[in-house]
Amino acid sequence: MGAGGWRIRVRGQVQGVGFRPFVWALAREFGLRGRVWNDPEGVGIEAWGPTSTALEGFVAGLTARAPGLARVDAVEVEAFDGAAPEGFEIAESRGRGAETRVVPDAATCPDCLAEVLGPGRRAGYAFTNCTHCGPRFSILKGLPYDRGQTTMAEFGLCPDCAAEYRDPSDRRFHAQPIACPACGPRLWFETGGAEVPGDPLALAVGVLRAGGVVAVKGLGGFHLACDAGNAAALALLRERKRRVSKPFAVMGSLEALGAVAEVAGAEGLLRSAAAPVVLVPSRGVLPEGVAPGMVTLGVMLPATPLHHLLVAAFGGVLVMTSGNLSGEPQVIHNDEAREKLSPFVDGFLMHDRDIARRLDDGVERASPPMVLRRGRGRVPGVFPVPFQGQALGLGGQMKGAICAVKKGQALLGHHLGDLDGVLNAAEFHRAIADYTALFDLKPQVVACDLHPDFTATRAAEAMGLPVERVQHHHAHLAACLAENQWQGGKVAGIVLDGTGLGEDGTIWGGELLLGDCLGYERVGSLTPAPLPGGDRAAREPWRNALMRLDMAGQGDLADRLFDGPVETLRAMASKRVNAPLSSSAGRLFDAVAACLGIGTQSYEGEAAMRLEALAVEGLEPYPFDGLDPAPMFREIARDLGRVPPGVIAGRFHEGLALAFARVARALVEEGRAEAVALSGGCLQNAVLHRALVRHLGGVTVLTHAQTPCGDGGLALGQAVVALARLERG
Amino acid sequence: MRDTHVTMAHGGGGRAMKELIEAVFTSVFQPESSEDQARLMAAALQEPGARLAFTTDSFVVTPLEFPGGDIGKLAVCGTVNDLAVGGARPLWLSAAFIIEEGCEIALLRRIAATMAAEAQSAGVRIVTGDTKVVERGKGDGVFVTTSGIGVIPPGCDIGAAHIQPGDAVIVNGVLGDHGATILAARGDLALSTDIQSDCASLGALMQAALAAAPLHAARDCTRGGLASALNELATEAGVAVEIDEALLPLRPEVVGVCEILGLDPLYLANEGRLVLFCPGASAPAILEAMRSLPEGEGAVVIGQVKPGPAGQVSMRTRFGGARRVDMLVGEQLPRIC
Ligand SMILES: [Fe+3]
Ligand SMILES: [Mg+2]
Ligand SMILES: [Zn+2]
Ligand SMILES: [Zn+2]
Repeated sequence: MGAGGWRIRVRGQVQGVGFRPFVWALAREFGLRGRVWNDPEGVGIEAWGPTSTALEGFVAGLTARAPGLARVDAVEVEAFDGAAPEGFEIAESRGRGAETRVVPDAATCPDCLAEVLGPGRRAGYAFTNCTHCGPRFSILKGLPYDRGQTTMAEFGLCPDCAAEYRDPSDRRFHAQPIACPACGPRLWFETGGAEVPGDPLALAVGVLRAGGVVAVKGLGGFHLACDAGNAAALALLRERKRRVSKPFAVMGSLEALGAVAEVAGAEGLLRSAAAPVVLVPSRGVLPEGVAPGMVTLGVMLPATPLHHLLVAAFGGVLVMTSGNLSGEPQVIHNDEAREKLSPFVDGFLMHDRDIARRLDDGVERASPPMVLRRGRGRVPGVFPVPFQGQALGLGGQMKGAICAVKKGQALLGHHLGDLDGVLNAAEFHRAIADYTALFDLKPQVVACDLHPDFTATRAAEAMGLPVERVQHHHAHLAACLAENQWQGGKVAGIVLDGTGLGEDGTIWGGELLLGDCLGYERVGSLTPAPLPGGDRAAREPWRNALMRLDMAGQGDLADRLFDGPVETLRAMASKRVNAPLSSSAGRLFDAVAACLGIGTQSYEGEAAMRLEALAVEGLEPYPFDGLDPAPMFREIARDLGRVPPGVIAGRFHEGLALAFARVARALVEEGRAEAVALSGGCLQNAVLHRALVRHLGGVTVLTHAQTPCGDGGLALGQAVVALARLERG
Repeated sequence: MRDTHVTMAHGGGGRAMKELIEAVFTSVFQPESSEDQARLMAAALQEPGARLAFTTDSFVVTPLEFPGGDIGKLAVCGTVNDLAVGGARPLWLSAAFIIEEGCEIALLRRIAATMAAEAQSAGVRIVTGDTKVVERGKGDGVFVTTSGIGVIPPGCDIGAAHIQPGDAVIVNGVLGDHGATILAARGDLALSTDIQSDCASLGALMQAALAAAPLHAARDCTRGGLASALNELATEAGVAVEIDEALLPLRPEVVGVCEILGLDPLYLANEGRLVLFCPGASAPAILEAMRSLPEGEGAVVIGQVKPGPAGQVSMRTRFGGARRVDMLVGEQLPRIC
């Protein structure tokens, strides 16, 4: 290419991340003339250089030295005839939709943190941010993404901030949420509806040190905070929030977290811009009340200057759990917080920057890498999928999330919670409107579950678009394939899940599916057992144990173990009164847990999580007869009381993994499948995950790494199945 | 009549059939005419502005007799209630029976007797009917269909369209007794309870409520329970309904049966329960009028009408949040994944 003009196209996540000032600075460094602008395809550049070497250096730098929040997918260069301007300029955006890309909220960058902790005009300022960090999606009210469309609109810039905002060489050039103590949001501490005079952080820390509970207004919603090292404070919070035993996440400095959990290997994820809650092995030094019965701990680093300042002033580790009424979404507005959270707390650490949209904390694991819940810091991020059409997937019921797919990109939305909740359901409807606008989506098809009573199913049917109903576990499998951009042949899908409605009207959940995004064949499934009481059986694990022990000829043992209404449940099963047959793997976990005395649970998945926590890894698998667990229950019946529970739990995990690995491997060896995909909510279980991967050694294994394997990823699978069917016609 | 069980001959249209009808039905229903049609004085319908109400319902239940009633009582109450909740005074019923070969005649007599007694106390007459016999295995003992005619007095105009935001939502007593009774009475679930069906005629109760204060609409809560009735009304009226869990009248035994069986009492069938919508200001007078009658003794306000979202029914829970109470497409299917 000659040394005339070059037209350069940069694709990827390059808007709203300080990319244009970066280009501007880079161009000046190489002595180029020209311009840079945003448009619907990303960033466009016209550049004229003194030499072609300078231009080449510049192009290389676009990828190599891109800003932290940017992701450069492609840089395309072509020769260009035209007159060069004087100097290098940042030009107006071109084309409609140029500003529709919004990036997720990003944790405070090192430069901003240094400013907050150091001297200067932003010393101790809780709302410091720049183009490399700070609130984005959580303050966005409308498009395009500029200050006027965020909850920062009411804060006029002071001359200092205005100068920074206009200066392309400043870290805050076009940083929409830019603020300082002179012009930005203000922090205060209040009790009983009245502001308490004094240093708000010191006041909050005083309450926390005294064992109280403080509501802290965070990035995507209010948290309830208490001293994680104080058993009485934990008990108080649990009692007030009526949260019996569901684990709390904790926040602290990396050093403080390292003292209570094994954070080695998770630092990168903890320090990432997403700053999620990361599940890591607990050191067991915090009181049991933080995460009863668990051997893992959900830990996170402060994601905002406010949290950095709070954690630094407190010194230890704080519980940070979402501030909401049971079954309701996290509270985001100040008045709402005063009304709803007052019974829970001894004070509020408040500010006057409104939260435009609720974003729960994301929950992830570093090893094996997995996203358990997509939330703050991950949405509205997009990732590539091998489908070009436009579709909307509406997801499941208990862990609502929607997904928009357009031109090879998928936008999997944030965790919406249980859609039986009125406010959660309202948030779900809002998310549909919101993401559709954000993504400028014109769906050709809307996809949902087979279950007729899901909020999402009703919503899909009311949209006036073609509706594609997708079987629950096929959607799980397809989500895994889409995330892995699988374009090969059929795979063996091991889908180990709670419950989902099957094509035959029974309840599925422990499935071996052979197929792809287009379709599937149900090659095998766990031998079904009745679910006496339907969802009640999911809340009372012992019901499943009763059924499985009866089926294994161990009814006598069941009679001894359980003192509930066993005869009525048996009658329900034999007369088929609200006792649908189910091949659920989740309920199999419940059954084994109940044999070990974990007969009831206070939150969904507790029994299975406690079983995982107990499991000793790498033991001899319990025997299955193909996919029938009856032989295992006969052995468990013999082992109970003679073998440690951790051994029984461990041998169960191995047995289940081996049973499915065997049948899946056979499909690969027979040439019917090219790989094995692992999906379904049970794959959140790291012990099971590792055992499956181990038993599948030598086979190509596809897993979820950035989308939830549970129902939080369902919408993605639904959308791509709908598109696959659409492409086939 | 010497036969003890119904045979195909009883459905043949000959003497055996005539004998059965006379012995079992006409002897207790005592219609004025032996003709195949009822001939009724139209005078009762002729007041200016009066409207005729006409409804029909079929009844199928196992077991045919249960604590608190039998299929005959259901058949009278069900149709009387369909008329009553529209503001009508029930006047006349027809009753059609499809009887399975082998059905015990003594049972039929008991059913007919309950029907006659319930009709009398509800102030309606069973004026015409029909009988058919089907082969063994092609029926389930007895099926009964009743149709009813009533008159809506001039000036009485109630219905879903009148429901307004701010209306109080009232039920006349504990919910789900009938559904829980039937499940327990099947006898094959090893459930022992003392619950009785709530089966009752609600004509007098509705008239008492109408006389007490302005009221907007009522609906009987039968199959599908309170939840389904509320959803129908909320949709028809284009309003939202919010009920309060703490206010719901539920018998602990019913809650217990529901917990064991994994059923939601809001969806359990009732046969003597109605839900009523009235202006908030009417509620005290209406409650008082309802409570003066045995079938309204347990009347309480359970919630209120909100402007929207249209068609949404929700329940404020004991923990302070609100959850949706949607109409189910079919039976309750597991959702927890
Ligand atoms: Fe699932
Ligand atoms: Mg009816
Ligand atoms: Zn920064
Ligand atoms: Zn400023």
